[in-house]
Amino acid sequence: MAVNELQSTRKPPISQIGAIVWLRTNLFSSWINGLLTVASLYLLYISIPPLLDWMFLSANFNFGTVNILGFDIKFSEVMADNDSCGKEAACWPFIYEKIYMFIYGFYPREEVWRPDVFYGLTALFILIVRLVRNYKYKNRIILSMVITYPIVSYILIAGGFGLLPVVETHQWGGLLLTLIIASVGILISFPIGVVLALGRQSDLRVIKLFSTLFIEFIRAVPLITILFMASFVLPLFLESGTNFDKLLRALIGIALFQAAYFAEVVRGGLQAIPKGQYEAADAVGLSYFQKNALIILPQALKISIPNIVGSSISLFKDTTLVLIIGLMDMLAMVNMTSQDIYWLGRETEGYVFVTIVFWVILYSMSRYSRKLEIRFNTENKD
Amino acid sequence: MKQLLKLSVASFLIAGALAVQASTLSDVQSKGHVSCGVSKGLAGFSAADSAGTWTGVDVDVCRAVAAATLGDATKVKFVPLTAKERFTALQSGEIDMLSRNTTWTITRDASLGLNFAGVNYYDGQGFMVKSSLGVSSAMELGGAAVCIQAGTTTELNLADWGKQNGIDYQSVVSDTNAQTLTNYDSGRCDVLTTDASGLYSMRAAANDPSEHVVLPEIISKEPLGPVVRQGDDQWFNIVRWSLNAMITAEELGVTSATVDEVTNNPERERLMGRSGNTHEYVGLTPDWTYNIISQVGNYSESFERNIGINTPIGIARGVNALWTQGGILYSPPFR
Repeated sequence: MAVNELQSTRKPPISQIGAIVWLRTNLFSSWINGLLTVASLYLLYISIPPLLDWMFLSANFNFGTVNILGFDIKFSEVMADNDSCGKEAACWPFIYEKIYMFIYGFYPREEVWRPDVFYGLTALFILIVRLVRNYKYKNRIILSMVITYPIVSYILIAGGFGLLPVVETHQWGGLLLTLIIASVGILISFPIGVVLALGRQSDLRVIKLFSTLFIEFIRAVPLITILFMASFVLPLFLESGTNFDKLLRALIGIALFQAAYFAEVVRGGLQAIPKGQYEAADAVGLSYFQKNALIILPQALKISIPNIVGSSISLFKDTTLVLIIGLMDMLAMVNMTSQDIYWLGRETEGYVFVTIVFWVILYSMSRYSRKLEIRFNTENKD
Repeated sequence: MKQLLKLSVASFLIAGALAVQASTLSDVQSKGHVSCGVSKGLAGFSAADSAGTWTGVDVDVCRAVAAATLGDATKVKFVPLTAKERFTALQSGEIDMLSRNTTWTITRDASLGLNFAGVNYYDGQGFMVKSSLGVSSAMELGGAAVCIQAGTTTELNLADWGKQNGIDYQSVVSDTNAQTLTNYDSGRCDVLTTDASGLYSMRAAANDPSEHVVLPEIISKEPLGPVVRQGDDQWFNIVRWSLNAMITAEELGVTSATVDEVTNNPERERLMGRSGNTHEYVGLTPDWTYNIISQVGNYSESFERNIGINTPIGIARGVNALWTQGGILYSPPFR
């Protein structure tokens, strides 16, 4: 008998589907898993409700009247102060009161448009990179932006050159400083890292030795030691009275540190490229530069994306270490703001706020890397 | 020969260092600001208010020096420093003076190439307990659990004091100030010990400040004051006498409000630069003290504004009162 039409598929038996089966297979598949499930639920039960209560339900949101995008939104008659806030739950007016310090640090208030434009430029930068990705000249556009963006940002934030009033680096702080350290660290260290990775693979003995020594020396030392060196030891070597900017010293330390890590990440990518690729490039007569720029690096960098982003994320988090050398990044601002005699004892709110800001930035970075991976995945596309 | 070489290199370096640091005053006047090392946040001593302006009694010393040398108390570049880097910053010339709750000890004064220019706050290690404990003296603390911050001299002072007085205690050690306070607040210890100024700001930060009392015993001497580099006596004098001017102004009853009043008190007239020529000896203009008092205020104004009894920190003058009022604050005369 010929079958002319598809048999209608039958539903699986009731013993294979439904919530109970899902629970049994995923949460209670054995007695030890069952125990773990119950213990985890209990932990969530004792931690989540108090947290929600502290952050939202019992928290104080009396911001007074807030102007958001031209609309006056009235949260309460007057803004709460430290006493009226109570100590049992979060006092969010503290964050509202200190938001300038968290975002701009000691940046002069009359010049605040400059960091604002910088934040806007950064957003624009990311947007353009996304918009031009299918455009013919995208590489040129992106390259020219990578070169002009730091210069424009520097003139904007630091001033000088007869264009804008100078704002000295000791006035930079908060999120602004965190972003500057992280982005300068990443932008400067990445090319150095690529060069070091190639140097370590080089046939020239001296270059190979130098690169290996540099990478292994830096990787064997914690970042905190490098920062201490840059901050405490370096000034003693320099001629007394030489004013070598503290932020610059820290940035050099961080960039060198991160370069060593990027170098190892890129080297991993280089080693994953089959030998045939190198030999093919040599066979068609490409020079060393052409071979690496056109054949090897594009492939090596592509497969290194997850690790490059991973390194960048850990650098972003490591920037908080600068607080031990007296730079006022966002984390250092928690202590600074909660030592105001009129807002004593609000560290917890500050730490929670900084955590949220960090989470948002780093989670976006990690999502973005996921997208890049998918986009650059040219293999096995059916 | 080798020794000689070493010696000559060393002396050359020292001479070079001295030549560069020849005059901090002219350096300050040419760059237009005083670069002052402060704490990265210590309630009432140096912290930024909501407008981002630095305030505190340590900050006021920097402002006084700026008012004296530049005529403008706002011309200060505040450099936040950690405890570890403060002396390096001063030695290397990154800052002109350090005003960062720094305890004056012989080791620091004599071995670091620094000079302490005076004392702007007499601190000392004290104890805070919950008032429900019903303790009124530290001598009753036998067997108590004491919260301490690790790695500070606080720990050593407490051990010395316990040994001297035969008092047994259990220490509960934590890493940061905030953690110490949390331990104490949550009842993991009965007593909290740190410098008295810190105790008061911790009390203000506690859930209910009225539940805690600071005991009268002070078990260590912590005189805090401004520090300058060795080798520039003129600058040393300026910093020392800027602080002394604030103290003397309180003694003579000159406040920022009464600074313009002319009286027949000769010392007051000398202090305000309206007679005599003391300003020439420190190399400043005759109105240097006038600028300090009118822009920063006298010692009492600074104290009451930042840590005084009417602020949330609420420290009584106590040992920091003038010598005429039961304290030990004493300035040599302006003569």
